[in-house]
Amino acid sequence: MSTPVLKLVAQRIAMGVLLLLAVSVLIFVGTQILPGDVAQSILGQSATPQALENLRRDMGLNDPAYIRYFRWLGGILTGNLGTALSSGQDIATSLKDRLWNTLFLASAAAVVSVPLAIGLGLLAVRYRNGPVDKIISGLGLASTSLPEFFTGYLLIYFVAVQLQWFPSVSTVYEGMPFGERLSAIALPVTVLTLVVLAHMMRMTRAAILNVMQSAYIETAELKGLTPLQIITRHAFPNAIAPIVNVVMLNLAFLIVGVVVVEVIFVYPGMGQYLVDHVAKRDVPVVQACGLVFAAVYISLNIVADIVAIVSNPRLRHPK
Amino acid sequence: MSNELDYLSRRVALGKLSRRDFLGRAAALGVTTVFANSLLSSAALAEGPVKGGTLKAGMQGGASTDSLDPATWQSQVPYKFGRQWGEQLVEIQPDGKLNPKLATEWGSSDDAKVWTFKIRKGVQFHDGKEMTPDDVVATMERHSDANSKSGALGVMGGIESVKKDGDTVVFTLKEANADLPFLMDDYHLMIQPGGGKDKPTAGIGTGPYKVVTDEPGVRHIGTKFPNYWDGDKRGHAEQIEIIVINDATARTAALQSGQVHMINRVEPKIVDLVKRVPGVTIQNVAGKGHYVFIAHCNTAPFDNMDLRLALKYAMNREEMVKTILRGYGSVGNDTPINKAYPLFSDDIEQRKYDPDKAAFHYKKSGHDGAVLLRTSDVAFPGAIDAAQLYQQSAAKAGITIEVKREPGDGYWSQVWNKQPFSESYWGGRPTQDQMFSTAYYSKADWNDTRFFNEKFDKLLLQARGELDEAKRKAMYRDMNVIVRDEGGVIVPMFNDFIDATSKKVGGWVPDGNQEMSGGYALSRCWLIA
Repeated sequence: MSTPVLKLVAQRIAMGVLLLLAVSVLIFVGTQILPGDVAQSILGQSATPQALENLRRDMGLNDPAYIRYFRWLGGILTGNLGTALSSGQDIATSLKDRLWNTLFLASAAAVVSVPLAIGLGLLAVRYRNGPVDKIISGLGLASTSLPEFFTGYLLIYFVAVQLQWFPSVSTVYEGMPFGERLSAIALPVTVLTLVVLAHMMRMTRAAILNVMQSAYIETAELKGLTPLQIITRHAFPNAIAPIVNVVMLNLAFLIVGVVVVEVIFVYPGMGQYLVDHVAKRDVPVVQACGLVFAAVYISLNIVADIVAIVSNPRLRHPK
Repeated sequence: MSNELDYLSRRVALGKLSRRDFLGRAAALGVTTVFANSLLSSAALAEGPVKGGTLKAGMQGGASTDSLDPATWQSQVPYKFGRQWGEQLVEIQPDGKLNPKLATEWGSSDDAKVWTFKIRKGVQFHDGKEMTPDDVVATMERHSDANSKSGALGVMGGIESVKKDGDTVVFTLKEANADLPFLMDDYHLMIQPGGGKDKPTAGIGTGPYKVVTDEPGVRHIGTKFPNYWDGDKRGHAEQIEIIVINDATARTAALQSGQVHMINRVEPKIVDLVKRVPGVTIQNVAGKGHYVFIAHCNTAPFDNMDLRLALKYAMNREEMVKTILRGYGSVGNDTPINKAYPLFSDDIEQRKYDPDKAAFHYKKSGHDGAVLLRTSDVAFPGAIDAAQLYQQSAAKAGITIEVKREPGDGYWSQVWNKQPFSESYWGGRPTQDQMFSTAYYSKADWNDTRFFNEKFDKLLLQARGELDEAKRKAMYRDMNVIVRDEGGVIVPMFNDFIDATSKKVGGWVPDGNQEMSGGYALSRCWLIA
């Protein structure tokens, strides 16, 4: 790989790290300006001033904010996210399981939805403006427009209660056989697929159609290639950058934005975990979750950028 | 067997349908009497305890912040699970009487200030150690330590010391309390090895099930403890599982699709729909929980007794029960006590909706303008609708109620117990003394009606030390009348606990002390083979 590409990639990664640091400052400041401090939330309403003072001293809450920030950041960099106030458990341990569950659900949904969306997008371009295109676009838009809880409840009623094909409760646990696990998440994966499908499919269609206006596509047509060959060999590779961007955005949504689906299907993921701790004002856990979500978002966007850079021949082969 | 016949025969077995009615309905379905009779006997046979299997409950009220430490329990799931793996000294029965549990007998000194509990022998903890009076003392110490965060701290506040004496444990109280044994049923007071001082979250108790999996906010699993002291009475299934399902629709769907065998908190507005699902039985039982409209007796304009009476007469209780509870409840009488409490007097006159009397007292109060009522959808299920119904029934008496809807987040810290007129709910307490001490005693933190009544306070303390039940009952009657006539609380309705079971569940005991058969559903019930 040539130097300009490496340089650009390195730049992107450095930018991402900087951005993550900035986000960590924001998260820290945001949780600091909430009324009350951690000691107060631990001791609750019955806190005596003396007990508050003791706990503040023990937890180092009397130090200036920037020192506490660096202590917190140092902890995170060494893998120590602290302990949850509400249950006294190590955050890293409980967060790991939840994050793993969320990633599992998101990857399953991605494995189904990304190829499906891109495939449907290609088909729509191939038969553009015809009935196939119209049906694909119409159904896709309809499925995206329906709120997640609605499609979720519909699936529960018909597939889980009436037909009893898949369970309506998607509780997964450690040591669950893989097949059972897949069966358990079948319904949430379907809902998530329906939610993200149209966005990716429409973007694929638009990006490829854009390329199809170019002169070299006309050349390819004149060479006598079939429409599908033109799309897959000439149009698609040149439309990868925008498609990857929208795919990554949707993947990020699958990880950080699925709390409604988690609640409906009782799936033990990060969203439910975060909401529970927000309700209990468990600040260290909220901070940790916020940071994990930010990291996921930023890294997926870096991946999109890198793919765009690498797939661009002008950058790969500079004159 | 058709679902309907199946359902009907189980109703007979549960005593909810008479044999004659059953045969009539069966004939209407085109079934011969002989066959119908044979169905009946098989349903009745199926009612004997069946051993084995995994009994699953889908429950609202769990979060990933839950812990196995009994001191921290607040919501339904952790403590309903706790009732299966842990035990207290005593246990309140469905009829409100106490049964011995880890204490075999108890008694008090004549002044009800010193209580002695004899501790059961030969009870094993799940880790194999024998339960001793020392464990009981240590448990009580942990929950009564002033620095403890235990939810039982308020209950333990009146206890001066807890000491072991041979095979008994002696409680010395600061003030006389004839109800002390009832306090020992508190779900926080699970006896743990060494009082749980070293490892509060170990999840080791003496109950019929031992903890095998504890994933807070997801699921909790227990397996049968083979050395359980009470043998066959509790713990029929080989394994029990609570799956946390906070979403009401998901909970109902899980019951319908057979993923769980019982659920809690069926919302009144969907009960009639759930009831029609084949195989599902609604288990509703009258309890002590009630919904309240609370006015501060010391804040204008509610410091005027006539205005409070006007507001009480302007409440249409029957309509509330019918509309807000869909009939799953009973009317209240402006006191927090109903027939579910021990020592209840049922001869207190029931207050009724009376626009004329309301208008009379309203005029007498001299109040002018609208009365501001604060509410929120978290106050109780249907609270907003209830406020609007109240607005209409009060309007007929010429009283204008202005309803202000407050956000749910912060309602309990900013509105309830702060603003002079709002809506709220109470879950009820095991005894009248506890209910009154929690929310009507002038010095109580949660005196949310700002009720300062010397006569009431005096009666409360007197009754607490009175061991003669007839005398106590008379005192409680007086106190209820005082709250009803002079207090700031309007109690339109007592809500039922509404749970639901699938046709696989046998042995359900209606128990109004708490939802899910008093909290014991998983160890009382069994799976019908």
